Amino acid sequence: MTDATLRAAYADSDPHHVQGALVHSGPASKRIITGYGFWIFILSDMVMFSAFFATYAVLLGQTAGGPSGRELFDLRNVAIETGFLLASSFTCGLAMIAADARNKFWFQIAMAVTCVLGLAFLTIEAREFASLVARGAGPTRSAFLSAFFTLVGCHGLHVSAGTLWLLTMMAQVFAKGFRADIQRRLLCFALFWHALDIIWIAVFTVVYLLGSAV
Amino acid sequence: MTNGHENIGHPVDIAPGDEHLETGGIAERVYGYLTGLGLAILLTATSFFVAGTNLVWEPSIPVALVVLAIAQMGVHLVFFLHITTGADNANNVLALAFGMLIVILVIGGSLWIMANLNHNMMPMDQIMQMQR
Repeated sequence: MTDATLRAAYADSDPHHVQGALVHSGPASKRIITGYGFWIFILSDMVMFSAFFATYAVLLGQTAGGPSGRELFDLRNVAIETGFLLASSFTCGLAMIAADARNKFWFQIAMAVTCVLGLAFLTIEAREFASLVARGAGPTRSAFLSAFFTLVGCHGLHVSAGTLWLLTMMAQVFAKGFRADIQRRLLCFALFWHALDIIWIAVFTVVYLLGSAV
Repeated sequence: MTNGHENIGHPVDIAPGDEHLETGGIAERVYGYLTGLGLAILLTATSFFVAGTNLVWEPSIPVALVVLAIAQMGVHLVFFLHITTGADNANNVLALAFGMLIVILVIGGSLWIMANLNHNMMPMDQIMQMQR
């Protein structure tokens, strides 16, 4: 039966219902619902970050006589961090392709590379924080530095949590294989990891590049 | 090759992060990620170059950096998160649009209000003198 004859047959009944019955093949799959819910979470996370970005932008000049961004930030370090995170986003994408192809070997390889790149990023960030504190530019020095440590530290915490999640997913695929529920978790994990990279774009632009111009 | 969901003949919604149902084999998808990576590297390198150069008129640098950042976010959304303008992506894009609205209100509103307050407030040393 074509759509036109279906429409004719149901012409007298509730038009919204018929419309719905023709366009959709039933309730959305669990994968769509899970992914959509997680997408909403990520967007709310971005709203939270926007508050931190606003705080940083407002407090950028409030150095209380302490060091400013131009004196503190090492842009070469930031560029390396950016490279690591970008590469990890790419390998995360490769891992998801491997997962769709049900290839355990390449999935684990790509996830392991993603994990190493994430840890390299965290190491550089931790060393930067340690050197700032050692130079007397810790979060208690000025409002500017409080905002800086809150914003960048919050992103770092997200990456740390993401790395733990990554290792969990490697273990789950190893133990349980590519079941439908594991694939849904992988979808959410990939969304999370790519979203972290998007937030990092805002961090390196606003915090480091614009922050060291002031 | 499936993306973990059944292929149905007419356009349906897809989960955020999933690629279009029609997209082909592994090589094609890897190529998509490579394109995204290349564009992202290009935009990042431009950002860092613009921030450190004297070749560009200086007051234009902040604007250029913001534009480059937004462009790179777009690249990530399309090539990595697969949030595109396709008909099957409408729900995901609408959620994103609402999120962006809130983000713009929070950041833009804060900067606006605080700049206004700073503008209207007496310099701090004069306030200190009044309190004496």
